[in-house]
Amino acid sequence: MSESTKSNHTSFLEYKGKYRGILGWILSTDHKRIGLLYLYTMLVFFSVAAILGLLMKIQLIAPGHTIMGPATYNAMFTMHGIIMIFIIVVPGLPAVFGNFFLPLMIGAKDVAFPKLNLASWWIYVIGILIVLTSQFLGDGPPDTGWTFYAPYSFQTPANIVPALVGAFVLGFSSILTGINFVVTIHRLRTPGMTWFKMPLFPWTLYATAWIQILATPVIGITLLLTVMERTLGVGIFDPALGGDPILYQHLFWIYSHPAVYIMILPGLGVISEIIPVFSRKRIFGYKAIVLSSLAIAFVGYFVWGHHMFTSGMSGRALFAFSFLTFLVAIPSAVKVFNWVATMYKGSLIFQTPFFWAVSFIFVFMIGGFSGLTLGSLATNVHLHDTHFVVAHFHFIVFGGTGFSFLAAIHYWFPKMFGRMFDASWANIGWVVFFAGFLTLYLPMFSLGIMGMPRRYYDYLPEFHAANILSSLGAMLMIAGAMIIIVNLVRSARYGKKTNEKNPWGGKTLEWQADTPPTLENWEEIPEVTEKPYEY
Amino acid sequence: MEKNAEHTHVHRDDEGDKLGMWLFIFTELLLFGMLFLIYAVYRYRNPVAFQLGGEEVDVFIGTLNTVLLLVSSATVAMSISAIQKGLKKHALVFLGITLLIALVFLVNKYFEWGAKIEYGFYPGGEALLELGHGTILFFGLYYVMTGIHALHILIGIGLFIYVFQQIRADKIHSTDYIWLENTGLYWHLVDIIWIFLFPLFYLIH
Repeated sequence: MSESTKSNHTSFLEYKGKYRGILGWILSTDHKRIGLLYLYTMLVFFSVAAILGLLMKIQLIAPGHTIMGPATYNAMFTMHGIIMIFIIVVPGLPAVFGNFFLPLMIGAKDVAFPKLNLASWWIYVIGILIVLTSQFLGDGPPDTGWTFYAPYSFQTPANIVPALVGAFVLGFSSILTGINFVVTIHRLRTPGMTWFKMPLFPWTLYATAWIQILATPVIGITLLLTVMERTLGVGIFDPALGGDPILYQHLFWIYSHPAVYIMILPGLGVISEIIPVFSRKRIFGYKAIVLSSLAIAFVGYFVWGHHMFTSGMSGRALFAFSFLTFLVAIPSAVKVFNWVATMYKGSLIFQTPFFWAVSFIFVFMIGGFSGLTLGSLATNVHLHDTHFVVAHFHFIVFGGTGFSFLAAIHYWFPKMFGRMFDASWANIGWVVFFAGFLTLYLPMFSLGIMGMPRRYYDYLPEFHAANILSSLGAMLMIAGAMIIIVNLVRSARYGKKTNEKNPWGGKTLEWQADTPPTLENWEEIPEVTEKPYEY
Repeated sequence: MEKNAEHTHVHRDDEGDKLGMWLFIFTELLLFGMLFLIYAVYRYRNPVAFQLGGEEVDVFIGTLNTVLLLVSSATVAMSISAIQKGLKKHALVFLGITLLIALVFLVNKYFEWGAKIEYGFYPGGEALLELGHGTILFFGLYYVMTGIHALHILIGIGLFIYVFQQIRADKIHSTDYIWLENTGLYWHLVDIIWIFLFPLFYLIH
C-alpha cells in the first residue's frame, strides 16, 4: 500500500514497477510508456527510411548511373515506401500521441485495454522484424514498390512473402489500436465530458480508429491472397489462371485510400489543438471541424478508384470516382477555413509549435490542390505515374502527417519529458527543414508536368536542372531533420527541467495533469463543465 | 488477476469489453466481406464453371457441418446462460460439447479436403490445372474461404480450452463471465460466416 501511494506521486518516467530497467518499459502497460516506445521505434526506422530517400535523391542528381543501378534503386524505393507507410505514418500519430494523450485529454487513467495496448506494440515490433527479414533472406530484397501490384508481385524472384506477411501483421497492430481507442472514447470520458465537449484531437482519433477497424482488414485479406498466390497459386489475381490483376488494385486501394486519411486525420486534430492555444482564441466552428472529420472518414471510403483512372474502368465509374474525390476535398477545406478564421484577430504567440502548425496549413493546401489536379480525369491521364504524383503524395503525407507530427512533438514535449526543448535550435531546425522541404518537392511538380515518370533510376537530360535543385533540397531537408532530432533528443536528456503544468496556456485537460504525468495521471479524476478552447 | 504494481486501481468494464468484441467482429466481417466480393465478381464472370463446381463438392459433409455449427452455437449460448445462473457444472458440459463439435467439424473438413486433394483437386494440382479458368477460380476460392474459416474454428477451439480452464478454476463465474460471453460472440460470428459459405459453395447449382 505504501508503495502504491508513493508511486502515485512519482512521474511515469521514474516510477519502479514490477520490472526494472528496460523490462519496465517493454513490459509496461502504461499508455504513456507505450506511446514513447512507439516514438523511439519510429525514430529509428524513420532515420533508416529517410537515408534511403536521400540516397535515391543523390542517385537522381545526374542522369545515368551515379551511385546505384536500377535494381538497387527499385529495392530502395520499395523499402522506403514500406517503412514509411506501414511502419511510420500509418501507426504514426495515433500510436505515439494518441496513446500518450488520448487518456489525458479525456480525463482517463489509461486506455480501455492496457494489456491489449502493449500487445499492439509487440505485434508492431514483430511485424517490423518480419518485414526486415525480406531484406536479408531469400533471393534479394523486394522490388515491387510498396503497392505490391499483381501480377509482378508473384512473378518477381525477389523475397516478397516476408514483406507481405510483415505488412499484414502491422495491420493487425493497427486494428487493435483502433478497437482500443473507440472503446476508450466511448467508455472512459470523464464525468461531464459529453461528445461535443471532447477536444478535437480525440475526435480525429475517433474517426481514424473507425477507419482502422473497417479498412485495415481489406488490405489484410488482399496481402494474404497475394501470399497464397505466390506460395500455392490459387489464381485469384493471376491472369494466367483466370484471375484479374485489376481486382487486386481495387482491393488494395479500398484500404490504401482510406489509409491516407488514417495518416492525415490525427494530424488535422493536432493542428486544431495548437491553433487556438497559440491564438488565445476559441476555435472557430468546433462542430464543423468535428463533423468534417467524420465526413472525411466516411467519404474517404468511396474514392479509391481515383488511383486507377488509367487502369481500365467504365466511364461511369470514372466520373463517379472523380466526383467523389472532389467531394472529399470540401471537409478538408472547411478545416483550413476554420483554422485561418481562428487565427483572425487572435493574439498570436510565435513559438515553435505554432510555426509548425502554420507551415502545415501551407503545405497541406499545396498538397490538397495538387490532389484535385490528379483527381480530375483529363489532367490525370497526363500526370499519372509521373513525379507530379510523388510531389503531391509527399506534400500530403510528409507535409501533412510529418509536419503535424513535428508540431505535436514540440507542443507536447514539456508534458512528455518534463523538460523544455531548446527553442532557438528548434526554430533554426524548422527554417532549414521547411526550406529544404519546398526545394525538394516543388520542382517535382514541374518535372511531372514535363513528363518525367516516377520510379526510374535514370532520366532524360532535359530534366537535369530541376533534379539538381530537388536533390540539393533533399540534403537541406535532411540537415534540418538532423538539427530537429538532435535538439529533441538532447533536450529530452539535458533540457531545462520544468514542472510547470501548462507552459503554453492550453485549455484542454492534459495541461491540468502533472508534468510529467504520474502513473495514473490524476489524483482525482477531473470534471468537465465547459467546452474546450474557451479563451 | 496477478498483482501488478503498475495499476493500482482495478478497472473492470464489461460493457466496454463487449463493445471491443463487437468492433473486432466488424473487422472480421470486412475481411470475409472482401472474399464474398471476390466470389461475386468471379461467379458473375464464370457462371457455368461455378455451377459445375458446386456439383463437385460434397453436399453431405457440407450439410452435416452446417447442422453441427448451428447446434454448437446453441450449446455455447446455453453455457453462457448456465454460468449466469451459477451452474458451473452445466456450463462446463455445454462448453465441452461445443468444443467437441468444433473438433468434429475440422475432422469432417479433413476428410472433405483430403478426398479432393487425393484426386489432384487443389490449387496448383494437376487435375485442377487441366480444367478451365472458371473452375480453377471456383476451387481456389473454395480452399481459401473455407480454409480461412477453418482457421477461425481452430482459434475458437483455443479460446474454448482457455475459457474451460478458467471456469474450472472459478476465474469465470456468475458475476464475471465476460470472457465466456465474448468467446460465444466470436463463435456466433464463425457460425454466421459459415451460414453464408454453405449455400455459396454447396447449394447454388
